[in-house]
Amino acid sequence: MIQQKVGAVLVVGGGIAGIQAALDLADTGFFVYLVERRGAIGGTMAQLDKTFPGNECSM
Amino acid sequence: MNIELLTLTDVEQVEGEIGRFRVKLRQRPRYVNMDRCMACGECARVCPQEVADAFNGGITTRKAIYLRYPQAVPLKYQIDPQRCLKIQSGTCGACEKVCQAQAINWEDRERSWTVDVGSIILAPGFQPFDPRGIRTWGYGIFPNVITSMELECYLSTAGPTQGRLIRPSDGGPVRKIAFVQCVGSRDENNCGHGYCSAVCCMSALKEAMLAKEVGGDVDVAVFFLDMRTPGKDFERYYEKARRRGIRFNRCRVHSLEPVGDCQRLYFRYITNEGRPARETFDLVVLSLGMETNADARGLAERSGLQLNEDGFLDTSSFQPVATERPGIYACGVYTGPKDIPGSVVEASAAAMAAAGHLAEVRNSLVRSVEFPQERDVAHEEARVGVFVCCCGSNIAGVIDVEEVAEYAKHLPHVVHVETSLFACSQDTQEWIRRRIEQLGLNRLVVAACSPRSHEPLFRETLKNAGLNEYLFEMANIRNQASWVHAHAPREATDKAKDLVRMAVAKVVLAEPLPPVQANVNPTVLVIGGGVAGMTAALGMADQGYPVHLVEKSSQLGGNARHLYRTWKGEAIPEFVESLVERVKAHPYISIYLRSQVVKAEGFLGNFRSTIRKGNSPLILDHGVAIVAVGATAYKPQEYGYAESQRVLTALEFDKLHAVGDERVAKGRSFVFIQCVGSREPERPYCSRVCCTHSIQAAIELKEEDPSREITILYRDIRTYGLREKLYKKAREMGVVFINYDMHDKPSVRLGPNELYVQVTDHVLHMPLSIRADVVILATAIVPHPDVKDLAQVYRIPINEDGFFQEAHAKLRPVDFAGEGLFLAGLAHYPKPLDETIAQAMAAVAQATRVLSIRRKDVDAIKAYVVEDKCDGCGLCLDVCPFGAIDWDPKSGGGEGTKLVRINAILCKGCGSCQATCPKDGVRVAGFTYHQLMEQVRSCFAA
Repeated sequence: MIQQKVGAVLVVGGGIAGIQAALDLADTGFFVYLVERRGAIGGTMAQLDKTFPGNECSM
Repeated sequence: MNIELLTLTDVEQVEGEIGRFRVKLRQRPRYVNMDRCMACGECARVCPQEVADAFNGGITTRKAIYLRYPQAVPLKYQIDPQRCLKIQSGTCGACEKVCQAQAINWEDRERSWTVDVGSIILAPGFQPFDPRGIRTWGYGIFPNVITSMELECYLSTAGPTQGRLIRPSDGGPVRKIAFVQCVGSRDENNCGHGYCSAVCCMSALKEAMLAKEVGGDVDVAVFFLDMRTPGKDFERYYEKARRRGIRFNRCRVHSLEPVGDCQRLYFRYITNEGRPARETFDLVVLSLGMETNADARGLAERSGLQLNEDGFLDTSSFQPVATERPGIYACGVYTGPKDIPGSVVEASAAAMAAAGHLAEVRNSLVRSVEFPQERDVAHEEARVGVFVCCCGSNIAGVIDVEEVAEYAKHLPHVVHVETSLFACSQDTQEWIRRRIEQLGLNRLVVAACSPRSHEPLFRETLKNAGLNEYLFEMANIRNQASWVHAHAPREATDKAKDLVRMAVAKVVLAEPLPPVQANVNPTVLVIGGGVAGMTAALGMADQGYPVHLVEKSSQLGGNARHLYRTWKGEAIPEFVESLVERVKAHPYISIYLRSQVVKAEGFLGNFRSTIRKGNSPLILDHGVAIVAVGATAYKPQEYGYAESQRVLTALEFDKLHAVGDERVAKGRSFVFIQCVGSREPERPYCSRVCCTHSIQAAIELKEEDPSREITILYRDIRTYGLREKLYKKAREMGVVFINYDMHDKPSVRLGPNELYVQVTDHVLHMPLSIRADVVILATAIVPHPDVKDLAQVYRIPINEDGFFQEAHAKLRPVDFAGEGLFLAGLAHYPKPLDETIAQAMAAVAQATRVLSIRRKDVDAIKAYVVEDKCDGCGLCLDVCPFGAIDWDPKSGGGEGTKLVRINAILCKGCGSCQATCPKDGVRVAGFTYHQLMEQVRSCFAA
């Protein structure tokens, strides 16, 4: 078993929540494994053409 | 660089404990070599297998080799092994034959390995409810019954109908649309989900508005149980939809029936006026709820966690992202249905929590790249290398790449030209690096695609070759030539030459730019000592950042001091007390009570705020600020509040209830009136917490004495998400719910010892009089008066309702547009305690990101002042959208000697100042007038 604390974090799920968490951690000194079961990240939000309130494209 | 993206990967097993987990991962084969694939798309063009595309709700097709969507990350093709002919039957293999990058790999196999991590964050999301096979809605039986996800595709200009609304059955016109709400939510009979999915009312409103937009005079009707628009600016949108002519009908839809040839559908319902109606529609849209999918269920099991009966992870209101297993956190819809901003906030909160206990190993595993010593090229003649990319067939399929290359050889200062199949591939990067060194190149032009996507990559290549990264230019001959002029190859080739010539003209004048370093004060100012402010202060202080916590009143605790229980039943007073104790005891937190911020200056990294404590001002220097000043309660004038001691606000009622006041203890009949001060013309927003709060109080009253008569008068019950179970419980306990209309409000008549509440019954459409011992008013949450003052002090915006306006409603929910300023809690919008805590934690995560830039170089494309040309006219000060320019105090007083100075941290290099300055006194590095003029001149010099 590992003895020391590990400075890496596993994020499971590459939707908007997983992406946000991964970016926050990577920008503050942690190595992140971002695991996505599909072939690309983006999750459900990528499937929305427009979002409230500005009708912006969600890409 | 510090995110390893693992696609097609599942978590197999989680061992170990907080701080040291060992996780077994399993990756399924992609059959495409990710290092080689350049996503040129040739493979998908020749693939013979058409497959329904789940990404577009199955209404379009894709190939067996495909990108999940055109902007996919990573932008690499994958093969669907279930549909690939080669994998299934050993035939075909067409993709392999056309792939110039030789990226197809039939030998790809599944692999398993373990990774060691200190924390785990679970965010597996949800799947839309599948209404197939449920007769009520006729989905899968009648082609003109579609789901909200499918409508999303039809309304997209990139969709199968280019954004035109048509009847899926025959392509006929759509004149009438019905939206059916709560499909897969709040419906245990048809789908087994009792909870509310929290997002479908708003998504239906958005789609209804879009349908109105594209469909012209299309008639849109929404059939709902309660319109749940309790989020920021949601209620205004609902009102806008009503004004736009969208019809709203409160009823449950039972059984859709086809009309004649099945092109249209009808159903019967009861109108708002209580009359039976039968109406026919061209298109019926089912507003799908959310549910946890099988993968997410399996993930819980393999992580050793229990899901609740609804399939979500239960968390505590006080630790909204912590699971039962220490070191494992959850966010997004996994912890209950929620919208995008809620998910983003929780994600940041989870990041904060995951980092919290790993402070001592921060930066231990992050990788940084060492670059060779930069070569001084200041005194060298320009030696430009040009690389022209084919982008597979993306460019070379239209443009004569060899001709462009040949042309580039004769441009001034160009000493080397070559073409490459994919300039962005790893081996080409290495090749370019070697070429720069071998040939002594000191400027580089890559004629390929967009700098937005690929400039960072090539800049890196320059650094690897010992050149300053800004001695580089891209000519976008793909997006701006081969793609847009695909049918005019001759002209496209000529245009590519123009673009290359212009890029060379500009790069010749490029100068090496030194890195800009940010100097950031690590101290944090937190304004507001409520739960949001205290949570934020502790979050920052626990990481070692010094915190100034400023509170206006004489004690910490804020509005939570008036609350007793969360909606999940947890005791709030004990929690607040422990929070206050921790804040007081923390060595890194300085508390300033009875203090207010009165003045502030500075910018990200270097703010200076003045607080007033009594009569003495005090100056605090800080790098960032978190604003959490809370909100206050609406003081009602209506419903006899001023006249009777038996008409109480919800908070007053809670207090009397808690102390056993006899008005409550002996009361037999209680009437709650909802939306007092909320959802009114002068306050057109929903206060979000009051429905849940009243229902919870009603349940407690009933639990104490089931014979009590309790009535709740409401406009829409907004127990969003998992809170719906409270609503169900209250109904089961016999709490009476009566719907009233904004234009026909209840009234309260005072008797000697009792009250009489008059209301129109929504079922009988008859006036009703209810005798009550106590009337409880669910009063609005209104913006704190300090919000306006602070908005001026820090130049931060407020919205129409008087709450602070975040930078982006969805993607930056805790940031202000002005950098280094963050917000949390009720000052942003009314919200319950769990969401307040998550938001405060998210603000900590974002503030931490900003504070860690002191270790980073920022982009060097910045404005600078040419001191012998600037005459201090100050025009640039007015046009700078980032407030990055001010007077240079060193330049002294009087006109003519004054100079401006640029704050390199605030400057975004937009160039507004350069375009405004009449004297060439301010320039943008990398985009000087001289460079741009040369580029333009070169454009016309063909």
